[in-house]
Amino acid sequence: MSALLTAEGLHLHFGKVAALDDVALEIHPGEVVAIVGESGSGKTTLLRVLAGMMAPQAGQVLYAGEDVHAMGEAARRRLMRSDWGFVHQNPRDGLRLRVSAGGNVGERLMAAGARHYGDIRAEATEWLKRVEIDPARIDDMPLQFSGGMQQRLQIARTLVTRPKLVFMDEPTGGLDVSVQARLLDLIRALVAELGLAVLIVTHDIAAARLLAHRMLVMRRGQVVEQGLTDRVLDDPQHPYTQLLVSSVLAA
Amino acid sequence: MSAQDEGRPIQSSTPDGAAAIGRHAIRTEALSKDFTLHLQGGLRIPVLRDVDLAVAPGECVALAGPSGAGKSTLMRCLYGNYGAGSGHVWVRHDGRDVDITNADAREVRAVRRDTLGYVSQFLRVIPRVPTQQIVAEPLMARGVPREDAMAHAAALLSRLNLPATLHGLPPATFSGGEQQRVNLARGFAPGYPVLLLDEPTASLDAANRDVVVALIAEAKRAGTAIIGIFHDTEVRDRVADRLYEVAPLQDAA
Amino acid sequence: MIEAGYNFGYLDENTKRMIRRALLQAVALPGYQVPFGSREMPLPYGWGTGGIQVTASIIGADDVLKVIDQGADDTTNAVSIRRFFNRVTGVATTEHTGEATIIQTRHRVPEATLREGQVLVYQVPMPEPLFRLEPRVAETKRMHALADYGLMHVKLYEDIARHGAATTSYNYPVLVNRRYLMSPSPIPAFDNPKLDMMPALQLFGAGREKRIYAVPPYTEVKSLDFDDHPFQPARANAACVICGSRESYLDELIVDDGGTRHFVCSDTDYCASRPPLQEAAE
Repeated sequence: MSALLTAEGLHLHFGKVAALDDVALEIHPGEVVAIVGESGSGKTTLLRVLAGMMAPQAGQVLYAGEDVHAMGEAARRRLMRSDWGFVHQNPRDGLRLRVSAGGNVGERLMAAGARHYGDIRAEATEWLKRVEIDPARIDDMPLQFSGGMQQRLQIARTLVTRPKLVFMDEPTGGLDVSVQARLLDLIRALVAELGLAVLIVTHDIAAARLLAHRMLVMRRGQVVEQGLTDRVLDDPQHPYTQLLVSSVLAA
Repeated sequence: MSAQDEGRPIQSSTPDGAAAIGRHAIRTEALSKDFTLHLQGGLRIPVLRDVDLAVAPGECVALAGPSGAGKSTLMRCLYGNYGAGSGHVWVRHDGRDVDITNADAREVRAVRRDTLGYVSQFLRVIPRVPTQQIVAEPLMARGVPREDAMAHAAALLSRLNLPATLHGLPPATFSGGEQQRVNLARGFAPGYPVLLLDEPTASLDAANRDVVVALIAEAKRAGTAIIGIFHDTEVRDRVADRLYEVAPLQDAA
Repeated sequence: MIEAGYNFGYLDENTKRMIRRALLQAVALPGYQVPFGSREMPLPYGWGTGGIQVTASIIGADDVLKVIDQGADDTTNAVSIRRFFNRVTGVATTEHTGEATIIQTRHRVPEATLREGQVLVYQVPMPEPLFRLEPRVAETKRMHALADYGLMHVKLYEDIARHGAATTSYNYPVLVNRRYLMSPSPIPAFDNPKLDMMPALQLFGAGREKRIYAVPPYTEVKSLDFDDHPFQPARANAACVICGSRESYLDELIVDDGGTRHFVCSDTDYCASRPPLQEAAE
């Protein structure tokens, strides 16, 4: 099976700071890949470059054989509302706060051409159930929801059109620990069920272990170690990975 | 399927069937493993040196040796959970030999899905997922329809004396023995051609030990190659065809 | 007779040329908002400066001008603008829709069917149909460029979810020529169907926002809707107390302290052209 997304030789410097230093990666259909590393290691920059939101100074990103940064904004936006999804750390960045839960979930359907109100509403109801939000709250505004619910709503809104590749930026970042577990489990189940490819940036090693098939460890803009998630975590080779793994509680 | 109803493992055919007996299902070649602890000033701890172990389909080999000799490390190397310092771990997968130590992550996943099973001492609990589903998941990953997988999981759990009332609950609150039986059901359910068992009976009572012994015997008859660490010598002698000695290394550094 | 000291149509020739170029581009790209160098006019923004500049750029000595405000020829705004053009162009003015070659309007489309050769000039306060949904101007431009209009349907979805039907009763967004989303200016949704395949040329001018857009004759103009909630133009369920019309768009009048409501045609020319009701019929 050929790769869905391929990146090679990515470089991006902010002044003297290397955010990306010769980074390469591949992600295949149905594969969940975690990018871990401390703050400032370049992982969020990498995610943004891969998702076409930021251009690298050198190197290229190919999606289904097409250069993501050369394809033009119209094509990139089409990707973003069809094949791709992006889950932001802060649900407020990914939701429309003045639009009801149902409207938030329905937006991608409507952008994709859905023009039957009843069908859109039925699909939104179904997705609220899937992310464990009471469908009776379909007309409530996101601001009436808790942080965990907002994040689940963002996930429903992103997955409703069944994208092939989803970028997630610290999806459990601002949540309480108890809420995190539920969200992670939900993501895990949906990803497996829909066969999604996911690129997830996180500094939560336990989350990465639970979700990811494969893991990349980043430090100072470089991928210092990568491979099977359990091998990277249980038999880390690079000094930095050993430090990272030893600094967390049993995952 | 009557085999399912009785909670026997679904035996997916070993790659080459009975004709391949005598050919190895899993084999190590000069396998060595050191740990380098960068946080301890680069301290190197050698654990395995030139391990050559080969196990044929239908054979059960018990790893022997004092604790700390590296039995568990060897098991983890066989599963690809630990990388190897040098040497190879060949697993017969899909009609060819795959080197677990060097294969890329996707290939290791495919081998683990279809060929190589591992029952660790402790269940890594996935929050909120019900027991029955935990056991059924590896089956579904291999394409068994959900209903069949769930029915098979329930039968196997019942055979391991885990009452149906517990099947719908996540195992987080179960006792150690109950969790181990969930783990065993999950490992035996798919009928992997190669199965690694790390202390599978450690916290089981006599009745459940007998169930595990029977499961191992059935798996062997169906052609599964088994490598196990059995602290319980009585169980070991009932299931193992031979022992493989893992000797502690003298400080080689 | 042009009042001494003014160029024909008040604007200087270079400005008119600039606006005509914008108009040509607007006609070539139906529904697309063309920026233009809006000038200071002798009345404040919000009083029709955009419509006046468009009218001033296209009007010729032979034109006959009609100006309406909310359908009426006799309101202050309509009267002032008509008098203004009379002073700076000397062209004939009329209150009859059928006689006019140019009709400048605020918030209505005449009831009488317009014909080829006529030009309808709309005064537009806010040309951007997405502005309430997406506050970033750069983003709305991108959405137009990519025909990314899912958001507009989100608004419609919200209306139906909350009120059971589309609640937008004026300035109801339309898709022009299956390409650009357009604000029809604050006309009642009742008038939207008149825009579709209209034989007359429709020009829209927004003075404060410095945008011009157009719908050429016989262009498809579709009000946004859902398959299962089709667009429905609404009017008060009543008859005009003057002419008895049950087809025209009605204004509501409170005629005494008891709150007695009367409805009259908003289009005064249409109403006057119909035979009056007998007093007894009330």
